[in-house]
Amino acid sequence: MSTFEFVVGVVYLAAATLFVVGLHLMRAPSTARRGNLISAGGMAVAVITTIVFAAISSGGTWIGWGVLLVGVSVGAVFGIVQARTVKMTAIPQLVSIFNAVGGGAAAAVAFASFVADTDSSALSLTVSIPIVLDVLIGSVTFAGSLIAAGKLQGIISGKPLTFPGARILNVLAALVAVGAGIWALFGPPNLTLLLVVLIASLVFGLLMVLPIGGADAPVIVSLLNAFTGLAVAMAGFAINNQALIIAGALVGAAGTILTLQMAKAMNRSVGAIVLGGFGTADSSGTAAGSPAEDLTNIRQLTADDVAIQLAYAQHVLIVPGYGLAAAQAQHEVAELAKLLISHGVDVKYAIHPVAGRMPGHMNVLLAEANVPYEQMLQLDDANAAFDNCDVALVVGANDVCNPDARTPGNAVSGMPILNADHAKSVVVIKRSMRPGYAGISNPLFTDPKTGMFFADAKKGLADITTAVKEYVTA
Amino acid sequence: MIEQLFSNLAIFVLSLLVGVEVISKIPSTLHTPMMSGANAIHGVVIAGAIVTAALADSPTGYVLTFIAGVLAAANVFGGYVVTDRMLQMFSKPNATPVNTDTKDPS
Repeated sequence: MSTFEFVVGVVYLAAATLFVVGLHLMRAPSTARRGNLISAGGMAVAVITTIVFAAISSGGTWIGWGVLLVGVSVGAVFGIVQARTVKMTAIPQLVSIFNAVGGGAAAAVAFASFVADTDSSALSLTVSIPIVLDVLIGSVTFAGSLIAAGKLQGIISGKPLTFPGARILNVLAALVAVGAGIWALFGPPNLTLLLVVLIASLVFGLLMVLPIGGADAPVIVSLLNAFTGLAVAMAGFAINNQALIIAGALVGAAGTILTLQMAKAMNRSVGAIVLGGFGTADSSGTAAGSPAEDLTNIRQLTADDVAIQLAYAQHVLIVPGYGLAAAQAQHEVAELAKLLISHGVDVKYAIHPVAGRMPGHMNVLLAEANVPYEQMLQLDDANAAFDNCDVALVVGANDVCNPDARTPGNAVSGMPILNADHAKSVVVIKRSMRPGYAGISNPLFTDPKTGMFFADAKKGLADITTAVKEYVTA
Repeated sequence: MIEQLFSNLAIFVLSLLVGVEVISKIPSTLHTPMMSGANAIHGVVIAGAIVTAALADSPTGYVLTFIAGVLAAANVFGGYVVTDRMLQMFSKPNATPVNTDTKDPS
């Protein structure tokens, strides 16, 4: 090891330290932004060091550097424009796309290193094993993340998609990928075999994510995020770059822990999700539960009814759900809350860990609408507050406040829920009686103290706000 | 060669352990930004694209360099910017009605 290499190694360690400190600071809302900036600083250090190191040790050609510059500019412009203009409701899809391109980049680096090394006769196993693993994992995450993004965006049906023989084809793809990979390791360097690994892995990634239900997609995105970390670490082994190994392993491990915590918050096991979802096991339940739009036991409310109820209340808890996110009604709900607060009503938000499209997403949406962090209550605090709450205003949420979760034997049993039914009265804004993702009916809606206001979340909230204004000023 | 592999393996395993330790209990509020932040960190693969560029000396190599460059840059730049945009919304603890920011068209 030359002095130069030593210095590069030390600078990489400094960058790695910044990544770790940054990730650590991201655990608390108050320091999270600083954490992300520190991590970005580490990235700048790693990139600059690598440019200097690669230019001095390998040299390279002008064409190579020119192509890189053009490629990086294109990618950077795409990434920054997307990141700055994306609607907050579409964040999960975008994260998934950024994850896909990361996996794709790792696979491309492995290919490039393979092509560059094949000139020098046979590859040693220390290089070819990580190359094959990188292509394998990178392609799976590339295809899988794109499908997950499509599901979150609604381009691809959120329903679990399967076709006869899908499982067999999936196993076959996995076998071909692994088989070709092993063959590539022990034979002479062969680009065709690596291409077979690539294609089989893409097919596997595709088939792995297609049968997963849309509501589980966030967990898959997180899992694939961890995979990309590992793919990047493998790329680090292939080109002997410690920055890639450290950062990749860090993300691989952190992403795995995050995935487990997310799955726990949703009361799902990662294994069950990967093996093909809610939908397959109780698809019959979904079919049986949905058509019955029985409105006989339901008390329907108008915007005026809801306005009066809210204006008279002392304590109001808003339960925002997927419907609110889908209708992009975060500004409307914040406006209603602000109006009520100025009228002397105590308003808080009860946020279920999986409200929105992925864990923590609802907090981001409400933060976008300038809702103060202290007004958002997490599950335990919210459930304590429901006992003393006059009106629980449920907006586009369903399964997260289904009291049936407390009794065993149904699709939501055991899921942590918000005790909206403990409030003195409940108002539900919902478009129809259609069941939620779990596909079962919700007894909260037929509870005598519950009133239903059938409306799109955005329009319904605006109407209520107008009604409250008239009521308060009149 | 084998020494190098060993030291790289040691770095890999220890980094895995650090990764597990550094993310202990995260409030579910931060799951989305955290995922996005970790996503940005694996954008370090852009360093791999740089090494690739320096090694490339054939048309195939150039094409792969280009692909790796585009994809990795989208990952790293987009990842950090979108995470920052999300967290920026968290870090105004007492959002007063005065600064209702309209700068964001979305």
